[in-house]
Amino acid sequence: MARDTATTATVGTGVPARRRRIRPGEVIIEAFLRLNGFIAIAAIALIFVFLFKEGVQAFQTIAPGRFIQGNELDFDNVPQVVRMWQPVGTNPKYSIIPLVLGSFLVALPATLLATLFGVACGIYLAEIAGRRTRELVKPAIELVAGVPSVVIGFFCLATLATLVQQTLGNVYRLNAFVGALGVAFVIVPVIATMTDDALRAVPDELRQGAHALGANRWETIARVVVPAGASGIIASVLLGMGRALGETMIVLMATGNAAQVTLNPFDSVRTMTATIAAELGAVPQGGEQYRALFLVGSILFTFTFFINLAAELAVARMRRRLAL
Amino acid sequence: MRRAVIEHLALGLLRGMTMMILLATVLLLGSIAVGGARVITWEFLAGEPTEGMTRGGIFPAIFGTICITLLMIVMALPLGVCAAIYMTEYSGNTRTARLIRASVNNLAGVPSIVFGLFGVGFFILFIGRSIDAVRGGGLLFGQPAMLWAAATLAVLVLPVIIVSTAEALTAVPRSHREASFALGATRWQTVSRVVLPQAKAGILTGSILSISRGAGETAPILFTGCAYFLPRLPVVHLPVPLTGLSIPMINPLDQFMELSYHIFIMATQSTDAAVTRPIQYGTTLVLVGLTVLLNLSAIWLRARYRRRPVTR
Repeated sequence: MARDTATTATVGTGVPARRRRIRPGEVIIEAFLRLNGFIAIAAIALIFVFLFKEGVQAFQTIAPGRFIQGNELDFDNVPQVVRMWQPVGTNPKYSIIPLVLGSFLVALPATLLATLFGVACGIYLAEIAGRRTRELVKPAIELVAGVPSVVIGFFCLATLATLVQQTLGNVYRLNAFVGALGVAFVIVPVIATMTDDALRAVPDELRQGAHALGANRWETIARVVVPAGASGIIASVLLGMGRALGETMIVLMATGNAAQVTLNPFDSVRTMTATIAAELGAVPQGGEQYRALFLVGSILFTFTFFINLAAELAVARMRRRLAL
Repeated sequence: MRRAVIEHLALGLLRGMTMMILLATVLLLGSIAVGGARVITWEFLAGEPTEGMTRGGIFPAIFGTICITLLMIVMALPLGVCAAIYMTEYSGNTRTARLIRASVNNLAGVPSIVFGLFGVGFFILFIGRSIDAVRGGGLLFGQPAMLWAAATLAVLVLPVIIVSTAEALTAVPRSHREASFALGATRWQTVSRVVLPQAKAGILTGSILSISRGAGETAPILFTGCAYFLPRLPVVHLPVPLTGLSIPMINPLDQFMELSYHIFIMATQSTDAAVTRPIQYGTTLVLVGLTVLLNLSAIWLRARYRRRPVTR
């Protein structure tokens, strides 16, 4: 990095130095701006490095297999295979299976729900709403995106959980479903605004062509506009899912935080994010559990990284197709 | 006939679902407004928590939120704006520019709790402990503090600032730059006197949005400096030599109370969550009010400069 900056300082933006009057001020300013650009790159690189550096060290004391399942003696002293996250105690257990299951048990229903409503809202904004309605609804949706997640978590905990229990009669007041409702609320604006953007990028000629062939508004939307913007909509759903997996405060407050292997969305669950948030403050730094938590963070980072990458590829694909 | 009915139903369904989102928003904000409005008094806003956190006000949390967002924006804004200027005005579409763009996109997708891990691992344990080792004499920098919490939030809002600044800069027509170059202006003269003045509103919008984002985030500051209760404000009094007076200043090495953390901790870990429910509602209303106000001003600002014709 230092070498690059030095090269820039002598030759500027690649224009041969002899043809140009050297202005020291300009050169210094450009070098300074370039340095800031590199710091931005360094930030992401450092996050990656420090997360994985601590995470990988967990394997020094914990055998990799123990992150899948551990052994525990039952009452007759017979070893039993258990899949539990229970890092405190004489026989700490580090199975990440309940955490990963918990994360997806919240993220998948949330994404499903948010996709239904978000895509509907995006289509409404781009294709149906008049200009004045649009100028009212769009800022309102953006405002939802600005509500801090701790506020939504508090709403789930204080109001929504009771409401859900009274309506559905579930056993546990705080469960994956309540968390999913809260998380869906956070990602609806993401999906809605991105769907809106994607559909508005679809050229008007396609709509006019469909209308000329006798299609009505709904047929134009369903068979022409939405298929043309499909990549963009898929990207928005993927980004929303990445956000859902990474959401911390809502799930920490609303899902009940019981690490168990379950597929029932009305059970209390504990996600990867909530585990880190709940435990990191109380563990000694550099210890076994501390590193295990960084490993959980690394796994979470990897999940979201690939989901975001897929979303970016979908956006690139859409740009290519619409440029034709 | 059947086609017309289907069209009518489908369009109605889409409209209805959008209304349901808005209704849910009204329900959420409404329940918080109703629950919080009863609590908010001058004593609540300006007082300190009393009687084991079950009564009293939230002033230290408001103060802490303002301090940390100020500190955050001081760290993130110059860095983000400079990086965006380099990306759009200097590097063109080179490999460096694409690398910055890819990193920024990536940074935007990192879960906020991962920033918390990063803050502990990098800022506190690596940078802080290194400073302590060089400085000698006890733990000072290598522990949770406002400085590190603000730095963590600064990394979190960096992509917001870079993306919005880059957008504002690319919205300035190319012809303005060419005209400036034709008059013999250097690149920096063009950027500072032609491009930046036009992009000012966009950059301001981005910074308001990032302040709102930073003020609302909880996960990154859980372990980097927040405190459940502090008997004093994170302020130091710097003595002015000879006069005998002292200037109060934010102490970035102190821990602090913060609104969003206060909501979380009061709602989940306080000794009696039911008794303190009114305080929780009040704190939530203050935080929502703050972020909604910031977001509205950003939306208004953006609408204003978008309406302006591009070429004048």
